[in-house]
Amino acid sequence: MIGLITSLLAITISAGTSLLYATIGEIYTERSGILNLGIEGMMLMGAVTSFAVSYYTNSLFLALLIAMVVTAFMALIHAFLTITMKANQVVSGLSITIFGTGLSSFLGKRLGPESNNFNLYGVNGKNFPDIQVPLVGDWPIFSAILNQDILTYIAYLIIPLAWFFMYKTKKGLNLRAVGENPRTAEAMGINVIRTRYIYTVIGGMFAGIGGAHLALAYTPGWNEHITGGRGWIVIALVIFAMWNPGKAILGTLLFGGINAIQFRLQAAGTDIPASLLNMLPYLVTVLALVLLTVYENYGKRKIGAPSALGKPYMKEDK
Amino acid sequence: MSDNHAKMKHSIGTSNRWEMYLDNREVILEMRNITKKFPGVTANDDISFSLKKGEVLALLGENGAGKSSLMNVLVGLYRADAGSIYVNGQKVSITSPSVSSSLGIGMIHQEFMLVDTMTVAENIILGIKDLNLVPDMKAISEKISEISEQYQLKVNPSSYIWQLSVGERQRVEILKLIFRGANILILDEPTAVLTPQESKELNGIINQMKKEGKSAIFITHKMDEVMAFSEDVYVLKQGKLVASKRTSDTNPKELARMMVGREVLFQFDKGEYKPGKSVLTVKDLCAVNSKGLEALKTISFEVKSGEIFGIAGVAGNGQQQLIDSVTGLQKIRCGSVYINESDCSNKNPIDYIKAGVSYIPSDRLGMGVAGTMTVLNNLAMKGYRDKPFSSHGLLIKSYFKKFAENMIDLFRISTPGPETIVKFLSGGNIQKAILAREIDSCRNLLVAAYPSRGLDVGATQAVRTRLIEQRDEGKAVLLVSEELDELLMIADRIAVMFEGEFMGIVDSSNTDREELGLMMTGMKRDQVK
Repeated sequence: MIGLITSLLAITISAGTSLLYATIGEIYTERSGILNLGIEGMMLMGAVTSFAVSYYTNSLFLALLIAMVVTAFMALIHAFLTITMKANQVVSGLSITIFGTGLSSFLGKRLGPESNNFNLYGVNGKNFPDIQVPLVGDWPIFSAILNQDILTYIAYLIIPLAWFFMYKTKKGLNLRAVGENPRTAEAMGINVIRTRYIYTVIGGMFAGIGGAHLALAYTPGWNEHITGGRGWIVIALVIFAMWNPGKAILGTLLFGGINAIQFRLQAAGTDIPASLLNMLPYLVTVLALVLLTVYENYGKRKIGAPSALGKPYMKEDK
Repeated sequence: MSDNHAKMKHSIGTSNRWEMYLDNREVILEMRNITKKFPGVTANDDISFSLKKGEVLALLGENGAGKSSLMNVLVGLYRADAGSIYVNGQKVSITSPSVSSSLGIGMIHQEFMLVDTMTVAENIILGIKDLNLVPDMKAISEKISEISEQYQLKVNPSSYIWQLSVGERQRVEILKLIFRGANILILDEPTAVLTPQESKELNGIINQMKKEGKSAIFITHKMDEVMAFSEDVYVLKQGKLVASKRTSDTNPKELARMMVGREVLFQFDKGEYKPGKSVLTVKDLCAVNSKGLEALKTISFEVKSGEIFGIAGVAGNGQQQLIDSVTGLQKIRCGSVYINESDCSNKNPIDYIKAGVSYIPSDRLGMGVAGTMTVLNNLAMKGYRDKPFSSHGLLIKSYFKKFAENMIDLFRISTPGPETIVKFLSGGNIQKAILAREIDSCRNLLVAAYPSRGLDVGATQAVRTRLIEQRDEGKAVLLVSEELDELLMIADRIAVMFEGEFMGIVDSSNTDREELGLMMTGMKRDQVK
């Protein structure tokens, strides 16, 4: 029994890592007032580029870096369209997802070795190995947490850091003000445009790490459906976490857990259709949204979305 | 150059010693030949002024005269198209609010610049450049408490903004400026939303700051405030500077004339008070606010045809819930609301509209108009369901246009045309558009909430005249206002609200400011007598 729990938890955490990176990134982006629905496309691009780079160079570090540069560039396009050109954020985000999905699929069929018909699907590259922490790393339960790859360990650190940065630092305060009330932020001397650019690009980089983790650690390998809609789950997770990086961990564990159970059930060959389980994360999100509204109406604190989320900011608007 | 310029401006009226002394004070701020254009309008046309240390400069003008845009240029929210700014004799380029803040210029905007979901302390330190990456909130809170004690600005640094009253929010705004070490304060209509007591408190603070050598620019409509604490007064009209005077050399009448370009009537022609049958009957009404707390405690009153029934009181004592209850915007807990003897309790706004109730909300841009739609569509927004605006579900655009042109003409709405986006009009003209729509559709009851709040003399005059017109035509008018003068001037009967109750209902001809003031603080009428 304890063995089953340990292995389920191990998959949960591993599956949750990519979600966690992308979710933290998206929380930061949305906190600045920009909704980025391009996460799915960015994760796919992060996955395909990191896998290709790791296959040809054998450098995991370079693979990760390239993935981040590519997705940062995609986020920059989103930022330019929505912040400078004041385009509709939903339309721009969806375009980036559609674009990223198509381009990653195209690249996956062209970047591979000649021996494999130039296809990346089916080849093996270098992966992030699991690192076992000495002593406690092979205890039951503990081994699930302390026998993971390096990106997961970094994620452990990123959660408290991201929380601390958001709520305890000057920069975090500025960021929250920009997403909540950009006019006030501007009047208080904060550069709203620059802030939004910075955190949109950072959010894109995090989505790239999430994609890279799928291709280089969780799966590992490349296929067109490697994200399995994770980019959309991230959007839901941000809501579930109530835009708080600290709470993102609960969501990623829950959603990663659903993933792990799915994995198990499929392996065991049960009759529960996969689509039912695929639906669960979204059902949970709807429930979370309902609870959030009820809490806001009857409680006193406002904890929901940043007030200016999705709204373009015009400096000299009336 | 800078000194000559300043002397030129003030060569008038340096007759006594005090004036001489003031004139010798150093000029700390100068704006020269500022021009700011928006698409279609010139908000500021070649405006120059100077401000001296320890002085208050009043900026007077109607809505849309360009006062706020001039100040927004000064703090770096807008970029001027031409002109230059000098601080302490040095030419400066104010490209953003952080630049103006580092020059010691701070502004309290008409709409408060506060983040509701953050605490007082967080709002005060927001955007300060030389702050540690991890601010020591405890030390900051202590410093805030210190300042608030020094200036008698009581507020808890760890409260959230949404928990605070309007008066408290303004204290936070002032604290914010002092905390940042501002020595030039810009106050954009600071008393528009304050109670008389809170305004008094603000006056005290301004005087204290003057003594400390700080200067202020005061944007206002209220003549008595201009006279009370400004040394200089500048009058703007349609983007141009039309007069600059020493305050001691002028008087309210002259200023009002310069501001609107004509004599302002402070008197109204009002027909004889001949109340008819009851139009609005409220019986034992009680209701809760958005937090679920009791906001109205068994209120009963009648508004008769041919009368203006005024409701006085400090904002937040249940006036909004009362208005919402008699327009169908909120559910009532007990009691009943009758319009012309038909029970409308807990019916929907559309039922009230059909019963002939019109409503002028206090939140003009939020509830009164759809800001991004045209004047034409906003004017038709109430009548569009029926003939002649539409027929068989299709809109008749030619009638819309005819109607809008008619209304613009009749209510003297100053707009480039009926197709202009309504939010680009000045506050006064937006209010005129709302008045036009609501009065045109009013058949029985007109509910007006703070209709002249934030409006200039001319627009206020227009609003009040329209309300009296409705009364004289035999309609019932329910007027909620925080300005006692307004109520005493145009209302027939006045009820005073305090903590969700009526302290008493008085005939306006039979009361005075003092009696109303005492009732506003919670004394029942029989106690006052």
